[in-house]
Amino acid sequence: MKVIKQSGLIVFLIGLGFFIGTIFLGSFSLKQNELDAFLQEKQYKSTVLKGALEKAVVNVEDLNIFEFSSRVRKAYATSNQYYDVRIAKYNKEKNWKEKGKQYQYKISGKPHSLSFTLAKKAGKGLAADNTALMWFLTFGLGILGALLFIIPDVILLGKPGIKNDGVFLSAATNRGWIGWFAFVFLVSFYVLLYFYPDFIVNWVFLVDPISLSISGNPGSQWFLYGFLYCTVMTVMAVRMYIKYRHNKYQILRTTSVLFFQIVFAFLIPEILVRFEKPWYDFKNAFPLDYDFFFRWNLEELLSSGGFGLFILVWGTVLTVVIVPVMVYFFGKRWYCSWVCGCGGLAETLGDPYRQLSSKTLLSWKFERIIIHAVLVFVLVMTSFALYTFFSGANNVLGIKTQTIQDVYGFLIGSIFAGVIGTGFYPIFGNRVWCRFGCPLAAYLGFIQRFKSRFRITTNGGQCISCGNCSTYCEQGIDVRAYAQKGENIVRSSCVGCGVCSAVCPRGVLKLENGPETGRINPTEILLGNDVNLMELVNNK
Amino acid sequence: MEHIVIIGNGISGVTAARHIRKNSHKKITIVSAESEYFFSRTALMYVYMGHLKFEHTQPYENWFWKKNNIQLKHGFVEAIHTDSNEITFEDGGRLSYDTLIIATGSKPNKFGWPGQDLEGVLGMYHKQDLEQLEVLAPNNTVCNRAVIVGGGLIGIELAEMLRSRKIPVTFLVRESSFWNGVLPAQESEMLNAHIEEHHIDLRLNTNLKEIKADENGRVTSIIIEETGEEIQCNVVGLTAGVAPNIDFIKTSRIAIGRGVKVNRFLETTIKNIYAIGDCAEQEEAIGQRRNIEAVWYTGRMMGETVAQTICGKKTAYKPGHWFNSAKFLDIEYQTYGWVFSEKNKKENEAYFQWKHPEEQKCITISFDKNTQEFLGINTFGIRLRHEIFDTWLTEKKSISKVLEYLADANFDPEFYKVHEPEIVAKFNLENNTNIHPKKKSWKRIFSKS
Repeated sequence: MKVIKQSGLIVFLIGLGFFIGTIFLGSFSLKQNELDAFLQEKQYKSTVLKGALEKAVVNVEDLNIFEFSSRVRKAYATSNQYYDVRIAKYNKEKNWKEKGKQYQYKISGKPHSLSFTLAKKAGKGLAADNTALMWFLTFGLGILGALLFIIPDVILLGKPGIKNDGVFLSAATNRGWIGWFAFVFLVSFYVLLYFYPDFIVNWVFLVDPISLSISGNPGSQWFLYGFLYCTVMTVMAVRMYIKYRHNKYQILRTTSVLFFQIVFAFLIPEILVRFEKPWYDFKNAFPLDYDFFFRWNLEELLSSGGFGLFILVWGTVLTVVIVPVMVYFFGKRWYCSWVCGCGGLAETLGDPYRQLSSKTLLSWKFERIIIHAVLVFVLVMTSFALYTFFSGANNVLGIKTQTIQDVYGFLIGSIFAGVIGTGFYPIFGNRVWCRFGCPLAAYLGFIQRFKSRFRITTNGGQCISCGNCSTYCEQGIDVRAYAQKGENIVRSSCVGCGVCSAVCPRGVLKLENGPETGRINPTEILLGNDVNLMELVNNK
Repeated sequence: MEHIVIIGNGISGVTAARHIRKNSHKKITIVSAESEYFFSRTALMYVYMGHLKFEHTQPYENWFWKKNNIQLKHGFVEAIHTDSNEITFEDGGRLSYDTLIIATGSKPNKFGWPGQDLEGVLGMYHKQDLEQLEVLAPNNTVCNRAVIVGGGLIGIELAEMLRSRKIPVTFLVRESSFWNGVLPAQESEMLNAHIEEHHIDLRLNTNLKEIKADENGRVTSIIIEETGEEIQCNVVGLTAGVAPNIDFIKTSRIAIGRGVKVNRFLETTIKNIYAIGDCAEQEEAIGQRRNIEAVWYTGRMMGETVAQTICGKKTAYKPGHWFNSAKFLDIEYQTYGWVFSEKNKKENEAYFQWKHPEEQKCITISFDKNTQEFLGINTFGIRLRHEIFDTWLTEKKSISKVLEYLADANFDPEFYKVHEPEIVAKFNLENNTNIHPKKKSWKRIFSKS
């Protein structure tokens, strides 16, 4: 069994090696007719661009993606600069007519995204042409190796039960070199995904056939991300099933997040695209789904007929009615650790890192400031967006709606939720985003704290203050501080993962939904069970 | 200002300090030689096993003490001078007090075995024991085998610790079955099997004769009393119970027996000196409880109680109904009320027992066979609600009522399989009764809180 496990690790690392190596594979060039077709498809009118691209990438040989990207970006820049100069010139001459004409030649979009689109057409080589083989060497070996590494645990972990042996002795789970390597890898991945998609175009080639078969379109970097997300969650869910095979709550919860990720976040939206409907994840509630009320989204939905209207109503009802009502009955766990995609990744890929979240009072203070600041940010931004949508004015109080949207998308949507939110798993624990950033979690938290039937019940005086609950709380809640006083845990940040209850060696904690009265039970003094003294103290 | 000095920074001493601080502005000093800050002794095992780091065993962050104006003094107390109201330290220092609380806990028992002080022999109680174990048994190449002497709760924890690093363990248990002085046979036998499942070499009916060493005084083997067998090993764990840690008190005028003698108000025979926790010995036992109870929660309760008394609200120590819990490798155990082993139960006490056909779950309910009164329950692999059982014990419910409402007391995580119908069916069959188990009711569960 140990041999299988170790060979699994080797196979996984080989797969990872191929995966990383794939970035550097292939050559990128276009034939004249391909470029012409591309320019026509995009309706670019800039002759400067045509010339520049012809010189840069047509019938050239042996361009790797980095060289290709650099040339393409330069070509776009050259074209835009050319027209900028002309705009400036006509401006000076006060030749408004000519100035106005120039704008049609300008090309908007992020340079690396423009380069990505062209690279999708220009790629040749192993990834683009021998896709099946390369898929097997990267995804295939990765999945196979990971499963070979994980499945022997059924035997190796021994009898079912909590098996956290060596968690803090391992370099992978205690911020050792493996943890730091994972950190660098994850952060790099998110930086590439969000800001340099063209550099990972070879990875997208690997999933093109899958994308074609689902949505009928070739894949984008977002399809790659979605596919990778589902794959990673599935493989790591196998690990959860084995690790918590004695715990039905964990098994059901893992199955639920996996289902919602694969069906709701991945398959349904892609299938909607196949039927020429808007891409929409039905479980992704505003304000986590922060661009739901952006003008472009509202316009797309409103122009998609009855179905678009249905999405608009559903999305609004989800946030305003369904989410709070469900939180009232079940706590925010129904969303955060049973449905949500971010939560799903945190609970599968992130589970090995849950013990790394900080439990200090200081981090709690930061948490409350930051997460509520993000909530305020998203609400202000959304009110700007709605104002813009209804009034048509591009700015509110002198601030451009587009600018505030861009800032949010960059700082919160990409950097916080992605690069930090997931990249920092191996350092700050799995729920970094959910704990410090997610505005939906902040919203659900208010309801959970003030109007909900959910609590974690503390079982009388059985707590021995061992600290397993606090240590394994991914949200950094000092569970023990409550349990050792006999108090129930009612905290806005609790996502109800149930692991505190699972790791408790004395059966002290139970997640449950019950009557609101007595949910919060401040006990000034806990004398196990001496009723008289309790009364004495409480009546003083 | 009144100066309260507390010797010992375990759960008892620290709880007393916290509650005195809640209720007063008295000057408080906690003295400890073991560790700088309070930690949870029960969690030491998890540090060795890698579940936690030592810092995780500390329930309060390091700034807590200063913020709450509780002074911490590091030092080993050598003697208490009741005439001059001061304590002296090993290094010659002195500290005077107005009120003294002795909360020095326990120390592992040693029964005069030859070789019991050799290098490689240790208990599993203090922080220093953990540090020593990390040196003596970091892995199974340095430590090829460990022998554990004494089949109690600490013994099985030490076995679990060593097994987490794949160190072969021989476990010497004096009794004919694991912990059967406390547990009924059904449970004790289930644990025997479970211990062996974890590849622990369990030796029942086995006593230690002596521990042997090499020329450097390091443990090399042990000899078994009954058979004379020699077992090679590098580490010997002595886990044959604990006794009050009160050697330094013997020179004072404070009355001691096995522990520091206290009355119901936790007062010793000297005014302004109290003793709490494991080191305190009740002059008269409380109910069926032992005079000395080395249990986490009793230490905490005594700390809470003595704080009330010291802050002017004289309060008797009343621990209420007995309860406890433990974890034996993978099996959780809880008990509420009194369930004695076959050896120790009285004539009027009868068992109702249920055991899962495959899984390691079982319960024993003890009841009075004359009055049918429910006396206590042992539960293995099923979590039960403390408050409900406490209420039932106070109300002296009958066993049939307990079984009827058993679902209310279930504390297992959601979606777990429930066994109440099987349990009640077995009782009905054995006793020719017709009890219908009631569905769980939130109203009943929360009616008391």
